[in-house]
Amino acid sequence: MARPENATALVTGASKGIGSAIAQALAADGWLVAVNYRNDEAGAKATVDAIEQAGGRAVALAGDIANGAPDELFERAEAELGPVLALVNNAGVRADGLAIQLDDEAWDSVIATNLSAAFRMTRRAMRPMIRARYGRIVNVASVVGPRANVGQANYAAAKAGLIGMTKTVAAEVARRGVTVNAVAPGFIDTDMTKDLPDTVIEAVPARRAGTPDEVGAAVRFLASEDAGYVTGTTLFVDGGMSA
Amino acid sequence: MAATITPDAVEKTVFDALPQFGVDESAITREATFEELDVDSLDLAELSQIIEDEYGVQLKGDDVGKIKTVGDAVDLVVSRAG
Repeated sequence: MARPENATALVTGASKGIGSAIAQALAADGWLVAVNYRNDEAGAKATVDAIEQAGGRAVALAGDIANGAPDELFERAEAELGPVLALVNNAGVRADGLAIQLDDEAWDSVIATNLSAAFRMTRRAMRPMIRARYGRIVNVASVVGPRANVGQANYAAAKAGLIGMTKTVAAEVARRGVTVNAVAPGFIDTDMTKDLPDTVIEAVPARRAGTPDEVGAAVRFLASEDAGYVTGTTLFVDGGMSA
Repeated sequence: MAATITPDAVEKTVFDALPQFGVDESAITREATFEELDVDSLDLAELSQIIEDEYGVQLKGDDVGKIKTVGDAVDLVVSRAG
């Protein structure tokens, strides 16, 4: 089935890095894009400007997905652009520490944003999608989760949970033309990874960091009409790290 | 603005919605069970959503699990409205 007119993609945490690249990749593929951000208004506006300069259409939408119901975000995206038929759960946070020293706040905040908020956004997004018989949900997971990463028990649990949620939700709504997939980035060159030691590259068979655009391209595919029969899967974008 | 809830109106909404799930219109009666009509849990979730959009009545998973027939669904919505 062809993508309906004015189909809008809502990308959470899209003010910079991977989220911004995803927003731009989707806009280049014809989606109208709602660029969600929490604090970085300048970054979100820069993402919107980049999309508009490339001939696309986007709006910046402030909203902390970990605090508050998703309804308002969806309603604003629908009012300003069109029906939200793609959701990319990209917003994520880190609060690292060895499990033995990880406090409740560090555990809870990472689960709240990276997993629970993604679930609530997904639940809200599916309502119009199943009515439209068309939808694309892409969850930005990580190689961390499927693989161990010392100091990230909370992050690994959230991202592994996201992959588990992806599979079950995909099975629930597949017959309505709604696909639910995950991408699992490895070591990608962003603000979030800039404090990691260079030795991380040694664990990457490709011997380089990935770029946000390379993750954006994977999401663009999963959100495309060509990927209509791809659901419940996780696409690793990791230079072979998980191979 | 939610529509006014009357048994006839709800019955019409439910009868009109079921063909969207591939149900043969001629098979739809108040006595027909969702099982007979091959209406599954996702269909019922979507029907709940249609009812909520139309009447502002929220049906939870627990409620929906208890209803067996088309008439049960109509009665449940009408009773929730009161």
